[in-house]
Amino acid sequence: MTAAAAAHAIARRGLTVSLVALAGLAAVYVLALGYTPVEARQGMAQKIFYLHVPAAWCALMAFSLVGLASGLYLWLHDPRLDRFAASSAEVGVAFSAVMLTTGPIWAKPIWGTWWTWDARLTLTLFLFFLFVGYLALRASVHDPAERARFSAVVGILGMLLVPFIHLSVYLFRTLHPQPVVLKPSAPSLPPEMLRTLLISMAVFTLLYVGLVTLRYGLAMAEDARDEAADAA
Amino acid sequence: MPEALRLVFAIAGKDIRAELRSRTALLSAVVFAALVLVVFNFARDPTALSATDLAPSVLWVTFALAAMVALNRAFTVEREHGALDGLLLAPVPRGALFGGKLLANLAFVGTVEAVTLPLFVLFFNVDLAAALPGIIGVTALATIGFVSVGTLFSAMAVRTRFAELMLPVLLLPFMVPPLIGAVQVTARLLADRPLSEMLGWLRLLALYDIVFVTLCTMAFSAVVDE
Repeated sequence: MTAAAAAHAIARRGLTVSLVALAGLAAVYVLALGYTPVEARQGMAQKIFYLHVPAAWCALMAFSLVGLASGLYLWLHDPRLDRFAASSAEVGVAFSAVMLTTGPIWAKPIWGTWWTWDARLTLTLFLFFLFVGYLALRASVHDPAERARFSAVVGILGMLLVPFIHLSVYLFRTLHPQPVVLKPSAPSLPPEMLRTLLISMAVFTLLYVGLVTLRYGLAMAEDARDEAADAA
Repeated sequence: MPEALRLVFAIAGKDIRAELRSRTALLSAVVFAALVLVVFNFARDPTALSATDLAPSVLWVTFALAAMVALNRAFTVEREHGALDGLLLAPVPRGALFGGKLLANLAFVGTVEAVTLPLFVLFFNVDLAAALPGIIGVTALATIGFVSVGTLFSAMAVRTRFAELMLPVLLLPFMVPPLIGAVQVTARLLADRPLSEMLGWLRLLALYDIVFVTLCTMAFSAVVDE
Protein backbone atom coordinates (compact mmCIF):
# COMPACT_ATOMS: atom_id res chain seq x y z
CA MET A 1 0.00 0.00 0.00
CA THR A 2 1.38 3.43 -0.87
CA ALA A 3 1.82 6.13 1.77
CA ALA A 4 -1.02 8.15 0.28
CA ALA A 5 -3.39 5.16 0.38
CA ALA A 6 -2.43 4.41 3.98
CA ALA A 7 -3.07 8.04 4.90
CA HIS A 8 -6.43 7.87 3.18
CA ALA A 9 -7.40 4.73 5.10
CA ILE A 10 -6.49 6.32 8.44
CA ALA A 11 -8.37 9.53 7.62
CA ARG A 12 -11.46 7.50 6.66
CA ARG A 13 -11.31 5.59 9.92
CA GLY A 14 -11.05 8.89 11.78
CA LEU A 15 -14.02 10.26 9.90
CA THR A 16 -16.13 7.21 10.77
CA VAL A 17 -15.26 7.47 14.46
CA SER A 18 -16.00 11.21 14.42
CA LEU A 19 -19.40 10.63 12.82
CA VAL A 20 -20.27 8.00 15.43
CA ALA A 21 -19.18 10.45 18.14
CA LEU A 22 -21.34 13.21 16.62
CA ALA A 23 -24.34 10.87 16.70
CA GLY A 24 -23.45 10.23 20.33
CA LEU A 25 -23.35 13.98 20.89
CA ALA A 26 -26.93 14.25 19.62
CA ALA A 27 -27.86 11.56 22.16
CA VAL A 28 -26.12 13.58 24.88
CA TYR A 29 -28.27 16.60 24.00
CA VAL A 30 -31.42 14.47 24.29
CA LEU A 31 -30.26 13.03 27.61
CA ALA A 32 -29.25 16.40 29.01
CA LEU A 33 -32.51 18.08 28.06
CA GLY A 34 -34.95 15.20 28.57
CA TYR A 35 -33.54 12.79 31.10
CA THR A 36 -31.59 14.76 33.70
CA PRO A 37 -33.52 16.75 36.32
CA VAL A 38 -33.49 20.54 36.18
CA GLU A 39 -31.07 21.84 38.78
CA ALA A 40 -32.92 23.55 41.63
CA ARG A 41 -30.91 26.77 41.91
CA GLN A 42 -29.46 27.25 38.43
CA GLY A 43 -32.43 26.09 36.35
CA MET A 44 -31.88 25.36 32.66
CA ALA A 45 -28.57 27.22 32.64
CA GLN A 46 -26.96 24.25 34.33
CA LYS A 47 -27.53 22.11 31.19
CA ILE A 48 -24.42 23.63 29.62
CA PHE A 49 -22.48 21.68 32.22
CA TYR A 50 -22.81 18.55 30.05
CA LEU A 51 -20.86 20.25 27.24
CA HIS A 52 -18.54 22.55 29.16
CA VAL A 53 -16.98 19.96 31.46
CA PRO A 54 -16.36 17.26 28.80
CA ALA A 55 -14.91 19.90 26.42
CA ALA A 56 -12.57 21.08 29.17
CA TRP A 57 -11.60 17.50 29.90
CA CYS A 58 -10.77 16.85 26.24
CA ALA A 59 -8.82 20.09 25.89
CA LEU A 60 -6.67 19.32 28.91
CA MET A 61 -6.16 15.73 27.80
CA ALA A 62 -5.20 16.92 24.30
CA PHE A 63 -2.63 19.36 25.66
CA SER A 64 -1.15 16.86 28.10
CA LEU A 65 -0.72 14.40 25.26
CA VAL A 66 1.00 17.10 23.16
CA GLY A 67 3.49 17.61 25.99
CA LEU A 68 4.04 13.87 26.32
CA ALA A 69 4.45 13.32 22.57
CA SER A 70 6.85 16.30 22.40
CA GLY A 71 9.06 14.83 25.10
CA LEU A 72 9.08 11.43 23.39
CA TYR A 73 9.83 13.06 20.03
CA LEU A 74 13.01 14.72 21.25
CA TRP A 75 14.07 11.35 22.58
CA LEU A 76 13.05 9.00 19.73
CA HIS A 77 12.84 11.37 16.71
CA ASP A 78 9.90 9.44 15.33
CA PRO A 79 7.92 11.60 12.85
CA ARG A 80 4.71 9.85 13.89
CA LEU A 81 5.00 11.41 17.35
CA ASP A 82 5.33 14.85 15.79
CA ARG A 83 2.32 14.25 13.57
CA PHE A 84 0.32 13.09 16.57
CA ALA A 85 1.37 16.16 18.61
CA ALA A 86 0.33 18.49 15.80
CA SER A 87 -3.05 16.74 15.40
CA SER A 88 -3.70 16.69 19.12
CA ALA A 89 -2.81 20.37 19.47
CA GLU A 90 -5.23 21.36 16.72
CA VAL A 91 -8.08 19.32 18.14
CA GLY A 92 -7.19 20.61 21.63
CA VAL A 93 -7.47 24.20 20.44
CA ALA A 94 -10.90 23.41 19.00
CA PHE A 95 -12.07 21.87 22.29
CA SER A 96 -10.69 24.77 24.31
CA ALA A 97 -12.59 27.14 22.06
CA VAL A 98 -15.76 25.21 23.00
CA MET A 99 -14.77 25.36 26.66
CA LEU A 100 -13.96 29.08 26.54
CA THR A 101 -17.24 29.95 24.82
CA THR A 102 -19.59 27.72 26.85
CA GLY A 103 -17.91 28.88 30.08
CA PRO A 104 -18.85 32.58 29.86
CA ILE A 105 -22.35 31.72 28.57
CA TRP A 106 -22.84 29.67 31.72
CA ALA A 107 -21.06 32.16 33.98
CA LYS A 108 -23.13 35.20 32.99
CA PRO A 109 -26.49 34.05 34.46
CA ILE A 110 -24.94 32.18 37.41
CA TRP A 111 -21.97 34.28 38.54
CA GLY A 112 -23.31 37.52 37.05
CA THR A 113 -20.20 38.07 34.98
CA TRP A 114 -18.90 36.75 31.66
CA TRP A 115 -15.38 36.40 32.84
CA THR A 116 -13.45 36.39 36.07
CA TRP A 117 -9.69 36.12 36.62
CA ASP A 118 -10.06 32.97 38.61
CA ALA A 119 -7.17 30.48 38.72
CA ARG A 120 -8.68 27.85 36.50
CA LEU A 121 -10.10 30.27 33.92
CA THR A 122 -6.80 32.08 33.60
CA LEU A 123 -4.92 28.82 33.32
CA THR A 124 -7.11 27.46 30.53
CA LEU A 125 -7.02 30.79 28.70
CA PHE A 126 -3.23 30.72 28.74
CA LEU A 127 -3.19 27.10 27.63
CA PHE A 128 -5.33 28.18 24.70
CA PHE A 129 -2.93 31.04 23.84
CA LEU A 130 0.06 28.77 24.28
CA PHE A 131 -1.27 26.26 21.79
CA VAL A 132 -2.46 28.85 19.32
CA GLY A 133 1.16 30.05 19.43
CA TYR A 134 2.28 26.45 19.00
CA LEU A 135 0.17 26.12 15.85
CA ALA A 136 1.34 29.50 14.55
CA LEU A 137 4.94 28.36 15.02
CA ARG A 138 4.24 25.15 13.11
CA ALA A 139 2.71 27.12 10.29
CA SER A 140 5.70 29.42 9.97
CA VAL A 141 8.50 26.82 9.77
CA HIS A 142 8.90 25.14 6.41
CA ASP A 143 11.44 22.37 7.02
CA PRO A 144 9.58 19.37 8.54
CA ALA A 145 12.45 18.20 10.78
CA GLU A 146 13.05 21.72 12.08
CA ARG A 147 9.32 22.24 12.60
CA ALA A 148 9.15 19.02 14.59
CA ARG A 149 12.08 19.97 16.83
CA PHE A 150 10.87 23.53 17.44
CA SER A 151 7.33 22.51 18.25
CA ALA A 152 8.55 19.69 20.52
CA VAL A 153 10.59 22.23 22.50
CA VAL A 154 7.57 24.53 22.84
CA GLY A 155 5.37 21.55 23.76
CA ILE A 156 7.66 20.48 26.60
CA LEU A 157 8.19 24.00 27.93
CA GLY A 158 4.44 24.59 27.73
CA MET A 159 3.71 21.52 29.83
CA LEU A 160 6.14 22.74 32.49
CA LEU A 161 4.66 26.23 32.38
CA VAL A 162 1.23 24.96 33.44
CA PRO A 163 2.05 24.40 37.15
CA PHE A 164 3.71 27.82 37.31
CA ILE A 165 0.72 29.65 35.85
CA HIS A 166 -1.53 27.67 38.15
CA LEU A 167 0.52 28.50 41.25
CA SER A 168 0.80 32.18 40.40
CA VAL A 169 -2.88 32.74 39.70
CA TYR A 170 -4.11 30.48 42.49
CA LEU A 171 -3.78 33.24 45.05
CA PHE A 172 -6.67 35.11 43.54
CA ARG A 173 -9.94 34.08 45.11
CA THR A 174 -11.60 31.36 43.11
CA LEU A 175 -15.24 31.35 42.02
CA HIS A 176 -14.92 28.14 40.08
CA PRO A 177 -16.71 25.16 41.64
CA GLN A 178 -14.59 22.57 43.36
CA PRO A 179 -14.32 19.11 41.78
CA VAL A 180 -17.58 17.11 41.86
CA VAL A 181 -16.53 13.82 40.25
CA LEU A 182 -12.88 13.05 40.93
CA LYS A 183 -12.53 13.74 44.61
CA PRO A 184 -11.82 11.66 47.69
CA SER A 185 -15.45 11.28 48.82
CA ALA A 186 -18.26 9.96 46.61
CA PRO A 187 -19.39 12.18 43.68
CA SER A 188 -21.90 14.76 44.91
CA LEU A 189 -24.07 14.81 41.81
CA PRO A 190 -27.51 13.17 41.56
CA PRO A 191 -27.09 9.83 39.72
CA GLU A 192 -28.95 10.97 36.56
CA MET A 193 -26.71 14.01 36.21
CA LEU A 194 -23.59 11.98 36.87
CA ARG A 195 -24.59 9.35 34.33
CA THR A 196 -25.25 11.97 31.65
CA LEU A 197 -21.97 13.69 32.43
CA LEU A 198 -20.00 10.46 32.19
CA ILE A 199 -21.72 9.51 28.92
CA SER A 200 -20.97 12.96 27.57
CA MET A 201 -17.34 12.67 28.60
CA ALA A 202 -17.08 9.32 26.85
CA VAL A 203 -18.69 10.80 23.72
CA PHE A 204 -16.31 13.79 23.75
CA THR A 205 -13.32 11.49 24.24
CA LEU A 206 -14.49 9.44 21.27
CA LEU A 207 -14.86 12.65 19.27
CA TYR A 208 -11.31 13.59 20.26
CA VAL A 209 -10.02 10.19 19.10
CA GLY A 210 -11.95 10.48 15.82
CA LEU A 211 -10.82 14.01 15.04
CA VAL A 212 -7.20 13.34 15.94
CA THR A 213 -7.18 10.21 13.77
CA LEU A 214 -8.71 12.17 10.91
CA ARG A 215 -6.19 14.97 11.32
CA TYR A 216 -3.36 12.45 11.61
CA GLY A 217 -4.39 10.87 8.32
CA LEU A 218 -4.44 14.30 6.69
CA ALA A 219 -0.97 15.08 8.06
CA MET A 220 0.29 11.79 6.64
CA ALA A 221 -1.21 12.65 3.26
CA GLU A 222 0.43 16.09 3.38
CA ASP A 223 3.81 14.55 4.19
CA ALA A 224 3.40 12.03 1.37
CA ARG A 225 2.54 14.84 -1.04
CA ASP A 226 5.54 16.93 0.07
CA GLU A 227 7.86 13.97 -0.31
CA ALA A 228 6.50 13.26 -3.78
CA ALA A 229 6.97 16.93 -4.70
CA ASP A 230 10.55 16.91 -3.37
CA ALA A 231 11.35 13.69 -5.26
CA ALA A 232 9.98 15.05 -8.53
CA MET B 1 38.29 28.91 35.70
CA PRO B 2 36.59 25.81 34.26
CA GLU B 3 36.64 25.53 30.48
CA ALA B 4 32.85 25.75 30.02
CA LEU B 5 32.63 28.92 32.07
CA ARG B 6 35.48 30.48 30.06
CA LEU B 7 33.56 29.72 26.85
CA VAL B 8 30.36 31.23 28.28
CA PHE B 9 32.21 34.45 29.05
CA ALA B 10 33.94 34.44 25.64
CA ILE B 11 30.60 34.25 23.79
CA ALA B 12 28.90 36.79 26.06
CA GLY B 13 31.95 39.06 25.68
CA LYS B 14 31.73 38.83 21.89
CA ASP B 15 28.05 39.87 21.94
CA ILE B 16 28.58 42.70 24.40
CA ARG B 17 31.59 44.04 22.45
CA ALA B 18 29.64 43.96 19.19
CA GLU B 19 26.77 45.77 20.90
CA LEU B 20 28.98 48.42 22.47
CA ARG B 21 30.58 49.21 19.12
CA SER B 22 27.32 50.09 17.42
CA ARG B 23 25.07 50.87 20.40
CA THR B 24 22.07 51.29 18.05
CA ALA B 25 20.05 48.40 19.47
CA LEU B 26 20.74 49.35 23.06
CA LEU B 27 19.83 52.99 22.46
CA SER B 28 16.65 52.07 20.59
CA ALA B 29 15.59 49.71 23.37
CA VAL B 30 16.16 52.40 26.01
CA VAL B 31 14.24 54.98 24.01
CA PHE B 32 11.49 52.45 23.47
CA ALA B 33 11.22 51.81 27.22
CA ALA B 34 11.10 55.57 27.92
CA LEU B 35 8.34 55.98 25.33
CA VAL B 36 6.29 53.20 26.92
CA LEU B 37 6.56 55.01 30.26
CA VAL B 38 5.40 58.26 28.65
CA VAL B 39 2.47 56.53 27.00
CA PHE B 40 1.50 55.00 30.35
CA ASN B 41 1.47 58.41 31.90
CA PHE B 42 -1.23 59.51 29.49
CA ALA B 43 -3.19 56.30 29.91
CA ARG B 44 -3.84 56.83 33.62
CA ASP B 45 -6.19 59.11 35.47
CA PRO B 46 -4.12 60.60 38.34
CA THR B 47 -7.24 61.58 40.25
CA ALA B 48 -8.58 58.02 40.28
CA LEU B 49 -5.42 56.01 40.91
CA SER B 50 -2.41 57.16 42.84
CA ALA B 51 0.99 56.63 41.20
CA THR B 52 2.06 54.22 43.95
CA ASP B 53 -0.92 51.94 43.28
CA LEU B 54 -0.21 51.84 39.59
CA ALA B 55 3.59 51.88 39.80
CA PRO B 56 4.34 48.13 40.02
CA SER B 57 2.29 47.23 36.97
CA VAL B 58 3.60 50.18 34.91
CA LEU B 59 7.16 49.27 35.77
CA TRP B 60 6.75 45.60 34.89
CA VAL B 61 4.78 46.05 31.70
CA THR B 62 7.52 48.44 30.56
CA PHE B 63 10.25 45.96 31.50
CA ALA B 64 8.42 43.15 29.71
CA LEU B 65 7.94 45.12 26.49
CA ALA B 66 11.52 46.37 26.51
CA ALA B 67 12.83 42.85 27.09
CA MET B 68 10.78 41.60 24.16
CA VAL B 69 12.31 44.20 21.85
CA ALA B 70 15.77 43.41 23.16
CA LEU B 71 15.35 39.65 22.76
CA ASN B 72 14.25 39.94 19.17
CA ARG B 73 17.72 41.27 18.51
CA ALA B 74 19.65 38.40 20.11
CA PHE B 75 19.64 36.03 17.16
CA THR B 76 18.77 38.36 14.31
CA VAL B 77 22.33 39.69 14.55
CA GLU B 78 23.60 36.12 14.27
CA ARG B 79 21.56 35.50 11.14
CA GLU B 80 23.39 38.12 9.10
CA HIS B 81 26.36 36.83 7.09
CA GLY B 82 25.80 33.30 8.43
CA ALA B 83 27.31 34.25 11.79
CA LEU B 84 25.29 31.59 13.61
CA ASP B 85 26.70 28.83 11.37
CA GLY B 86 30.20 29.98 12.28
CA LEU B 87 29.30 29.97 15.94
CA LEU B 88 27.80 26.48 15.68
CA LEU B 89 30.91 25.16 13.91
CA ALA B 90 33.12 26.38 16.74
CA PRO B 91 34.03 23.59 19.19
CA VAL B 92 31.75 24.92 21.89
CA PRO B 93 29.30 22.72 23.80
CA ARG B 94 25.71 23.83 23.15
CA GLY B 95 25.12 24.44 26.83
CA ALA B 96 28.01 26.92 26.95
CA LEU B 97 26.77 28.59 23.77
CA PHE B 98 23.35 29.04 25.32
CA GLY B 99 24.91 30.29 28.55
CA GLY B 100 26.89 32.91 26.64
CA LYS B 101 23.88 34.15 24.70
CA LEU B 102 21.83 34.20 27.91
CA LEU B 103 24.47 36.19 29.73
CA ALA B 104 24.74 38.73 26.91
CA ASN B 105 20.95 39.09 26.78
CA LEU B 106 20.82 39.54 30.55
CA ALA B 107 23.44 42.28 30.30
CA PHE B 108 21.43 43.93 27.53
CA VAL B 109 18.03 43.70 29.24
CA GLY B 110 19.61 44.60 32.60
CA THR B 111 21.07 47.79 31.12
CA VAL B 112 17.71 48.77 29.68
CA GLU B 113 16.07 48.12 33.05
CA ALA B 114 18.77 50.07 34.89
CA VAL B 115 18.09 53.11 32.70
CA THR B 116 14.32 52.70 32.85
CA LEU B 117 14.15 52.61 36.65
CA PRO B 118 15.39 56.23 37.25
CA LEU B 119 13.16 57.43 34.41
CA PHE B 120 10.26 55.71 36.09
CA VAL B 121 11.04 57.46 39.39
CA LEU B 122 11.28 60.75 37.52
CA PHE B 123 8.05 60.44 35.54
CA PHE B 124 5.87 58.87 38.21
CA ASN B 125 7.28 60.54 41.28
CA VAL B 126 7.53 57.29 43.23
CA ASP B 127 9.84 57.15 46.22
CA LEU B 128 11.98 54.07 45.70
CA ALA B 129 14.86 54.89 48.05
CA ALA B 130 13.89 52.51 50.85
CA ALA B 131 12.79 49.70 48.56
CA LEU B 132 15.61 49.97 46.03
CA PRO B 133 17.75 46.95 47.08
CA GLY B 134 14.64 44.77 47.14
CA ILE B 135 13.48 46.00 43.75
CA ILE B 136 16.88 45.33 42.21
CA GLY B 137 16.80 41.83 43.71
CA VAL B 138 13.33 40.93 42.47
CA THR B 139 14.09 42.44 39.06
CA ALA B 140 17.13 40.18 38.73
CA LEU B 141 15.15 37.16 39.90
CA ALA B 142 12.28 37.72 37.46
CA THR B 143 14.45 38.81 34.54
CA ILE B 144 16.69 35.72 34.60
CA GLY B 145 13.64 33.47 34.18
CA PHE B 146 11.96 35.11 31.22
CA VAL B 147 15.16 36.12 29.45
CA SER B 148 16.26 32.49 29.52
CA VAL B 149 13.03 31.33 27.85
CA GLY B 150 13.27 34.34 25.53
CA THR B 151 16.82 33.47 24.49
CA LEU B 152 15.75 29.96 23.53
CA PHE B 153 12.66 31.19 21.67
CA SER B 154 14.50 33.93 19.82
CA ALA B 155 16.92 31.30 18.46
CA MET B 156 13.81 29.56 17.13
CA ALA B 157 11.92 32.63 16.01
CA VAL B 158 14.67 33.91 13.70
CA ARG B 159 14.30 30.77 11.63
CA THR B 160 10.57 31.27 11.10
CA ARG B 161 8.63 33.61 8.92
CA PHE B 162 7.33 36.68 10.84
CA ALA B 163 10.14 36.34 13.42
CA GLU B 164 9.28 39.66 15.11
CA LEU B 165 5.70 38.52 15.61
CA MET B 166 6.46 34.91 16.54
CA LEU B 167 8.62 35.74 19.55
CA PRO B 168 6.02 37.77 21.50
CA VAL B 169 3.24 35.27 20.72
CA LEU B 170 5.33 32.39 22.05
CA LEU B 171 7.04 34.23 24.88
CA LEU B 172 4.24 36.24 26.50
CA PRO B 173 2.51 33.23 28.11
CA PHE B 174 5.89 32.30 29.60
CA MET B 175 6.32 35.81 30.97
CA VAL B 176 3.10 35.60 32.95
CA PRO B 177 4.30 33.78 36.09
CA PRO B 178 7.47 35.89 36.56
CA LEU B 179 5.53 39.09 35.84
CA ILE B 180 2.74 38.31 38.32
CA GLY B 181 5.32 37.43 40.96
CA ALA B 182 7.43 40.51 40.28
CA VAL B 183 4.43 42.87 40.36
CA GLN B 184 3.22 41.38 43.65
CA VAL B 185 6.63 41.63 45.29
CA THR B 186 7.21 45.18 43.97
CA ALA B 187 3.84 46.32 45.30
CA ARG B 188 4.64 44.91 48.75
CA LEU B 189 8.10 46.46 48.70
CA LEU B 190 6.66 49.89 47.88
CA ALA B 191 4.08 49.50 50.64
CA ASP B 192 6.89 48.56 53.05
CA ARG B 193 5.40 45.17 53.93
CA PRO B 194 7.40 42.55 55.87
CA LEU B 195 9.48 39.97 54.01
CA SER B 196 7.22 37.10 55.13
CA GLU B 197 4.46 38.42 52.84
CA MET B 198 6.71 38.13 49.79
CA LEU B 199 8.41 34.85 50.57
CA GLY B 200 5.93 32.70 48.66
CA TRP B 201 6.32 34.79 45.52
CA LEU B 202 10.10 34.88 45.83
CA ARG B 203 10.17 31.09 46.10
CA LEU B 204 8.01 30.83 42.99
CA LEU B 205 10.33 33.18 41.07
CA ALA B 206 13.43 31.26 42.16
CA LEU B 207 11.83 27.93 41.24
CA TYR B 208 10.87 29.30 37.83
CA ASP B 209 14.47 30.40 37.25
CA ILE B 210 15.91 27.02 38.22
CA VAL B 211 13.43 25.01 36.13
CA PHE B 212 13.56 27.14 33.00
CA VAL B 213 17.28 27.95 32.92
CA THR B 214 18.02 24.22 33.21
CA LEU B 215 15.39 23.21 30.69
CA CYS B 216 16.32 25.87 28.13
CA THR B 217 20.01 24.96 28.38
CA MET B 218 19.13 21.34 27.68
CA ALA B 219 16.67 22.14 24.89
CA PHE B 220 19.01 24.55 23.10
CA SER B 221 20.80 21.84 21.11
CA ALA B 222 17.43 20.58 19.83
CA VAL B 223 16.81 24.08 18.46
CA VAL B 224 20.11 24.84 16.75
CA ASP B 225 21.42 21.42 15.67
CA GLU B 226 20.15 20.01 12.40
